[in-house]
Amino acid sequence: MDQTLTKPTISPTKPTITPMSAEATAAMLRELVAHLRQNRTRLREEWVQRIIEAQLLTAMSKEEIFAEATSVYDSYLDVLETGSVEALQAYARNLSERIIPRGVETHEVLGIVLLLRDVLARELFTRYGSDFAVLNNVLEAYEPAANRIATTVGVGFVQERERVIRQQQEAIRELSTPVLPVRERLLILPIIGIIDPQRARQLTEQLLRGIRINRAKVAVMDITGVPAIDSTVANHLVQTVESARLLGATVIVTGLSPEIAQTLVTIGVDLGKMNTVGDLQGGIEEAERMLGYKVMPVREPTQQG
Amino acid sequence: MAVPILKQGNYLIASIQAALTDADLFELRNALVTQVGRFRSRGVVVDVTALDVMDSFAARTLRDIAQMTRLRGAETVIVGIQPEVAFAMVQLGLTLEEVATALDLEEGLAYLRDRSKRTGPAIGSHGG
Repeated sequence: MDQTLTKPTISPTKPTITPMSAEATAAMLRELVAHLRQNRTRLREEWVQRIIEAQLLTAMSKEEIFAEATSVYDSYLDVLETGSVEALQAYARNLSERIIPRGVETHEVLGIVLLLRDVLARELFTRYGSDFAVLNNVLEAYEPAANRIATTVGVGFVQERERVIRQQQEAIRELSTPVLPVRERLLILPIIGIIDPQRARQLTEQLLRGIRINRAKVAVMDITGVPAIDSTVANHLVQTVESARLLGATVIVTGLSPEIAQTLVTIGVDLGKMNTVGDLQGGIEEAERMLGYKVMPVREPTQQG
Repeated sequence: MAVPILKQGNYLIASIQAALTDADLFELRNALVTQVGRFRSRGVVVDVTALDVMDSFAARTLRDIAQMTRLRGAETVIVGIQPEVAFAMVQLGLTLEEVATALDLEEGLAYLRDRSKRTGPAIGSHGG
């Protein structure tokens, strides 16, 4: 019964909140922005103080934080005033481009925007707190705009990060699987770093294509630089070796580390079809033997010249 | 569509030109096993360069051809499997175990020549 009684006591204030028209909201926001502009210096100081207290943006100096804070503050007010986030989106992208290489994290960027939101909200409370109805209207206008700004900046930052990550992945992929002819009909394929399923797929593609283009009979795959392998990748390697055989080429795998050797046997990958040799040198020697090459010094080094 | 079978010295060359039905494959198998005897061939090259799909029946037929011609005294080499086809076959488990494979026709013939050099003239030609 108590609960049902409390409700009606609130409802009389409701009508004063809800009927705010779009024009009224815009007018309200204009008034807010004017007020926040007037107190720009003080509020900005307060915000920067709180950023530093919260230990955000530790990668930047106080002056840098202050400079960024100034432009963020101004863009923030612009968005509040115009309601258009395009300019802010561009600014967020630009800001992210600058701060991502310095190791600024997502939580820091979201943190500072939310702090600014709080600082300004607090300011509105002190300014309009005396009149509950007005304060309600003020927050009604302020909150959606502020939330939109926080979302825009957060999304912009994450998108920029993802773009950077994609770009780096692309670059790594391109660099990661060279297929090199060392002799007529002999390819080497040095692999360095973790092999994930995607990289494994690419590796297979490159190797098979390389075999066809170079008319290779033997390919030496060196995995000295691979720290670990899981069963998916191991099976993929076995499949690659078998596919190469269907093209008429033999694959020699070299440089299996003690860890990888133990993993492969423990997880029970069928290595019966794999030719393995201890190291790359041994692999190349074995390949040369298969191709009928015999490598020997022309003469003793001391007799030269 | 029938597969043309060419005689080239001691070898037979079957060059598949287009996708084959199961009946065509069956016919190819019969023709090769018969002709190996007729021409006293020492080797067979089956060129599948033109195939961009290889189903389990085709793979099994190729394996059968290899085993059957071996019983009749000829080694079979499958040549020209495309890289994508090769990987798809392996993923389906169609690895053509114990069947010789080579990159292309030239490599296949080189493989057969190498092999006959290594193993020497067969007992049959010795006696005859």
